Amino acid sequence: MKHETIETNAGWLIVLTLLVISVAGLVEILPLYFIDETVEKVEVGGVETVRPYTPLELAGRDIYQREGCYLCHSQMIRPFRDEKLRYGHYSLAAESKYDHPFQWGSKRTGPDLARVGGKYSNEWHAQHLFNPRSVVQESIMPSYPWLLQTDLRYLDIADHLRALKHVGVPYSATPEEFASNVKRFGKEVAEQLDINRAEENLINQAQAKNYDGIKDNISEMDALVAYLQVLGTMVDFTKFEDGHFSKFR
Amino acid sequence: MSAASLATPEQYNYPIIKRFVVMALIWGVLGMLTGVYIGMELAWPALNFDTAEITFGRLRPVHTTLVIFGFGGSALFATSYYVVQRTCQVRLFSDVLASFTFWGWQTAIVLSAIGYMLGYTQAREYAEMVWPVDILIAVTWVVYLIVYVGTLRRRTQPHIYVANWFYVAFILATAILHIFNNMEVPVSLFSLKSYSLHAGVQDAMTQWWYGHNAVGFFLTAAFLGMMYYFVPKQAGRPVYSYRLSIIHFWALIFLYMWVGAHHLHWTALPDWTSTLAATFSIMLLLPSWGGMINGIMTLSGAWEKLRTDPIMRFLIVALSFYGMSTFEGPLMSLKSVNALSHYTDWTIGHVHSGALGWVAMISIGSFYHLIPRLWETKMYSSRLIFLHFWLATIGILFYISSMWVAGIGQGLMLRAFDEYGTLAYTFIESVRFLKLPYVVRAAGGGLFVSGMIIMAFNVFMTIRQGYRERAALEKKLTAKFASV
Repeated sequence: MKHETIETNAGWLIVLTLLVISVAGLVEILPLYFIDETVEKVEVGGVETVRPYTPLELAGRDIYQREGCYLCHSQMIRPFRDEKLRYGHYSLAAESKYDHPFQWGSKRTGPDLARVGGKYSNEWHAQHLFNPRSVVQESIMPSYPWLLQTDLRYLDIADHLRALKHVGVPYSATPEEFASNVKRFGKEVAEQLDINRAEENLINQAQAKNYDGIKDNISEMDALVAYLQVLGTMVDFTKFEDGHFSKFR
Repeated sequence: MSAASLATPEQYNYPIIKRFVVMALIWGVLGMLTGVYIGMELAWPALNFDTAEITFGRLRPVHTTLVIFGFGGSALFATSYYVVQRTCQVRLFSDVLASFTFWGWQTAIVLSAIGYMLGYTQAREYAEMVWPVDILIAVTWVVYLIVYVGTLRRRTQPHIYVANWFYVAFILATAILHIFNNMEVPVSLFSLKSYSLHAGVQDAMTQWWYGHNAVGFFLTAAFLGMMYYFVPKQAGRPVYSYRLSIIHFWALIFLYMWVGAHHLHWTALPDWTSTLAATFSIMLLLPSWGGMINGIMTLSGAWEKLRTDPIMRFLIVALSFYGMSTFEGPLMSLKSVNALSHYTDWTIGHVHSGALGWVAMISIGSFYHLIPRLWETKMYSSRLIFLHFWLATIGILFYISSMWVAGIGQGLMLRAFDEYGTLAYTFIESVRFLKLPYVVRAAGGGLFVSGMIIMAFNVFMTIRQGYRERAALEKKLTAKFASV
């Protein structure tokens, strides 16, 4: 075919352009859904340790996104010596397999948060979010005082879990699904993943842990800190041999 | 109807182009002002004023959306509607549908920007729009495709001019990218919150396939369409090589689609994928530079224009920045370089050498060519165009050199070890180091946006002058006809 044919025919131009731009997606993206090694299996004693978020953690994650935290903080540790010392073991694909959308980020204006869970106390986080410069003098992070003052809106939390269930996150709605979650994640976790008990679970977790240090209320701070404290805590690397995960790379 | 407008039948739909031009300038000024402001927030965090709506995290998508989709998008609608009508020698396929694309697009921009400030976001970089806006954009885009292809099919010229190939590829690719990257499930019909269909690795891959091709097609291919029309027009010479433009086109649109995963080097994305992306990123240098050479060499034999014609300067400097950032891009996509540059301000600098140096400069040059023709007058002030040129060029240089210092500096600090084998710097020490580059960056951005404000003033005065001249002409003609 002469190029002139394409230049004189809008139909050809469109069809050929579509063909040419489709190749990459088919070769490069599609296989990621079918190659099993893409996401590691992380099981200890037959139980999956990477689990979906509890209702309170999920509410916190929604706030994390609302405030645009991902624009300055990554959640993806790379396999380098300095990153291991600073942040911990490099991130596994499995650790974000329930993240809709992913929050790996692209810029570290602040430090990586992939393993921030458990690194600081709840009090530290609440104080730091309220006014970062009160704990890290030279921080350039904005203050988020409203998190402490705003009651968490959680009346539609079950809808959030249901929407995530639609995209494949194993929250359970029926007794059968619950039973299967007990098998996969253990009973304690499975109860947290029960959509029918979402609101109750959220309230219980917030009151039991009282992340923001203020009793009698459930603030947005409670939720956000709950989320931050679970980040990177789902894989216990001491349970795996050195190099176990490198074969998936 | 006056005698004058009866005498010249409206061969082309210019009013729609004028509207997009005006909106591009408004969004350009607003979006870049927002950019300067958030740049200053990084230097002086007190500017966040403990106010949710204007914190960095909420304003940053406002900045990117206003400049990419508001300024860039409106400039593309304007120039593509101009180019397709002029090169096909025919009026737009449908005035009503064209008008719909204007209102659809502008509504999407306004809703997005207000939404981000109120905290409604999808949390996907450069695709933060909530699901109802995604649907609005998809509909608007399909209508755009219909208008564009409808116009192509009515053409009175046998050939489809090369600029249109690039615009067509941009429209098609953007439709595909937008739809696949925004597959999501809303929490409920009455909630703006939604969760993306993909998760983790696959979601990251889809997002950066979208993200980098927003650069490749929205910010490159489409602006190359602009280049292929306005550079030869302004130079008064044909495109340097017809053969090169064919290779440029097909190679560019094929290769770009592969490279998104170079944003995910050393992550949990499998190595084979990011290696493939790096390989194609290197190959992409060839068509990119082929296109740059084709544009710059179009001026051969008319180089003296660079001395006298400020518009030509904008266009040629734009192509030079295009060449520079398409060299820097493949460099940064090498895994070893990326290990240092990723997560740092080097990326931000690279984006801006493309966005300010290439996208904004080629648009500004094209607008200075286009605006006098649309309003049938001369630019109000040529000296102000020269002033704009220098403010913009110096502003970009400040911007990118400060970001090189910031990015490479921070990258080196964070990987430095002391003599005992422990980390030499804490993270916050690298933040302290960034203060000065951030101040310089804000100054550079300030220079650039002040140039944009001067342009807006110059254009405003030009439009006013155009209306006055037209009114005077009509008065004269009416008087003449009355006396006959």
